[in-house]
Amino acid sequence: MNVRSQVSMVFHLDKCIGCHTCSVACKNIWTDRKGAEYMWWNNVETKPGTGYPTAWEDQDKYKGGWERKGDGIEVRAVGKLRGALTVFHNPNLPTIDDYYEPFTYTYEDLIDSPEGSDQPVAKPISMITGNPMEIEAGPNWDDDLGGSAVYAANDPNLASMSEEDRESIFEIQKLVFFYLPRMCNHCLNPTCVAACPSGALYKRGEDGIVLINQERCRAWRFCVTACPYKKTYFNWGTGKSEKCILCYPRLESGQAPACFHSCVGRIRYLGMMLYDADMVEEIASIEDPKELVAAQRRMLLDPFDPEVIAGAAKNGIGPDVIKSAQASPVKKFVSDWGLALPLHAEHRTLPMLFYVPPLLPVLAKVTDNGYDTSMDAFLGALDQSRLPIEYMASLFGAGNEGVVRYALRKQQAIRMHRRMITVGDIDASEVEYALAEADCTPEQADAIYRLTTLASHEDRFVIPPMHREEAIELLGDETPLEAKGAGVGFRRGPERGA
Amino acid sequence: MLDLLLFAVLPYLAIVLFLFVSIQRYRHDPFTFSSLSSQFLESRKLFWGSVPFHVGIMTLFLGHLIGFMFPRQVMIWNSVPLRLFILEVTALAAAVLCLVGIVGLIVRRFTTSRLRHHTSATDIAVYVLLLFQIVTGMWVALGLRWGSAWYTQTLVPYLWSLARLQPDIQRVVELGLLARLHVIGAFVLIAAFSFTRLVHALVAPVPYLWRPLQLVIWNRVRPD
Repeated sequence: MNVRSQVSMVFHLDKCIGCHTCSVACKNIWTDRKGAEYMWWNNVETKPGTGYPTAWEDQDKYKGGWERKGDGIEVRAVGKLRGALTVFHNPNLPTIDDYYEPFTYTYEDLIDSPEGSDQPVAKPISMITGNPMEIEAGPNWDDDLGGSAVYAANDPNLASMSEEDRESIFEIQKLVFFYLPRMCNHCLNPTCVAACPSGALYKRGEDGIVLINQERCRAWRFCVTACPYKKTYFNWGTGKSEKCILCYPRLESGQAPACFHSCVGRIRYLGMMLYDADMVEEIASIEDPKELVAAQRRMLLDPFDPEVIAGAAKNGIGPDVIKSAQASPVKKFVSDWGLALPLHAEHRTLPMLFYVPPLLPVLAKVTDNGYDTSMDAFLGALDQSRLPIEYMASLFGAGNEGVVRYALRKQQAIRMHRRMITVGDIDASEVEYALAEADCTPEQADAIYRLTTLASHEDRFVIPPMHREEAIELLGDETPLEAKGAGVGFRRGPERGA
Repeated sequence: MLDLLLFAVLPYLAIVLFLFVSIQRYRHDPFTFSSLSSQFLESRKLFWGSVPFHVGIMTLFLGHLIGFMFPRQVMIWNSVPLRLFILEVTALAAAVLCLVGIVGLIVRRFTTSRLRHHTSATDIAVYVLLLFQIVTGMWVALGLRWGSAWYTQTLVPYLWSLARLQPDIQRVVELGLLARLHVIGAFVLIAAFSFTRLVHALVAPVPYLWRPLQLVIWNRVRPD
């Protein structure tokens, strides 16, 4: 057993209101620069929908992630040999048009225009060329469906569904959508790292954050193709790739990342997870993608297990980090309760951002009093759901409906349980039956309810101590050479090369 | 005197600049080491420029290097006319690829609005130097036949004399004007090399081929 620690995340999608506060917080801190205007390290998209960059899930086009070859896995489009063939021109690289051309407006015209008979107008201009432009795409062009079937119908997840199911999504009376906030998953088996020919991308040993060493990136651009989530971006100004850094300067000073901290719906949870690094390759190479979600859960270790604690200590993971892992809300949602699932696990990157699939767009019907929490609904809702379970399984189950059903049923049972307590119009025997069916106990139901609805800042973000006080040693002679290569030390401003 | 400056001083100046600036830049300003790829802004036309250019230039560089390192073997190879033709045709084909590529890249840069607004003076300098070098090189190849034969007899001994620090410029000053321009252009290119984006060739990701795929870096020293 090779115990490693990983800062991991859970997003509870039933609570996401699609306000984009997370995206704006991130943008204001990190990507409000030339060459990075188009980047949204964190974005929120509407599902069903094509998202950002457009149709990023269409791997026939972008060829991201790993693919199974023989008994093992290979980087799909780039990697060692295929990378050597495409280094001069990468056919699977998204261009700025797959995202959107960044724009601003000629605001000065409003002030500087000479007196005339018409009101002056601020015209849209491109932030790349400075020329006037027609705005034809934006960071969130199909937000709230933006014309429904026109955009949402191109969602790649719909391809595997039956014609009937597809049509049912777009029936106007039943029109249904939910929000999917996305950011770097800080995967355990990141394709971006594996595809970087310069070795600029790396995973931090202590917390598993995936970073790009800006001083080693040479703009070979393979990381952009390799990431199946399209969460590495190419800065066209500096000629360097960039990505979410999980606000590590904030984490190191005990603060939650900006997108987490600012989340209005309090949908985000962050905590340490322990995993067995020796199992990464074996789990990522499992033959049937439908087993990936369960398999990934298997490699997450129990921080209360004395054997795990001993293994962690052997790898230099301090007792304070183990304590933090024991209190991790992510561990509860993922390992203990089986509620949170990885996004598109079929790409075999073992993402460490988990989503609690949303129940509301699934529930069959709305009664006068709100959503139907009756026994009939519990028994039938998932099969008559407004958003087919198939669709959810394509996103969160790598095609496996079982894990999605499990998570949704449990949420339903908890709703019945809480309604019995607060409203009292459901029979206790029915609730008991529902909880048992959903593999849940009343105690667990209450714990899930509390962490979902009442959790404080400290419950949601259990930030492991990162020991910045020891950072001075990073500048000393004891620093491993490769860590010096990670950009530790005194820096200069990022000026574009000639 | 001018010949001495061009063929005995310039080469050393170029090499010293090349070594000093690239090492200095790599050590103190690694952020600027980038191919500065513009594929993200324009991808379709890039294919027709970048691929032929790179394939061509790498073949040509390898050819020049082989001639420099193994002049005797090249001469022996060339002793059979058919083999000489094969070598010359290959080299010319590479030069054509290279020319098509660089012209394609230049046209692309100035016909694509996004790139035109994003072109620096160094970019233009690089285009001028490379285009000059390719055009003079092709002209020499077509006008002064057969280059692969006389290169080993005249320029290779000259280059080796430079390498031995006993510059003997006799052979090179007697070459035709175009050949001399090609030699001077080469040294100017070497001198300018490390000031430009061409440095990406120095950090070509060859070690990637044997590196383990995943890379984990520990910030603190691990107790083992």
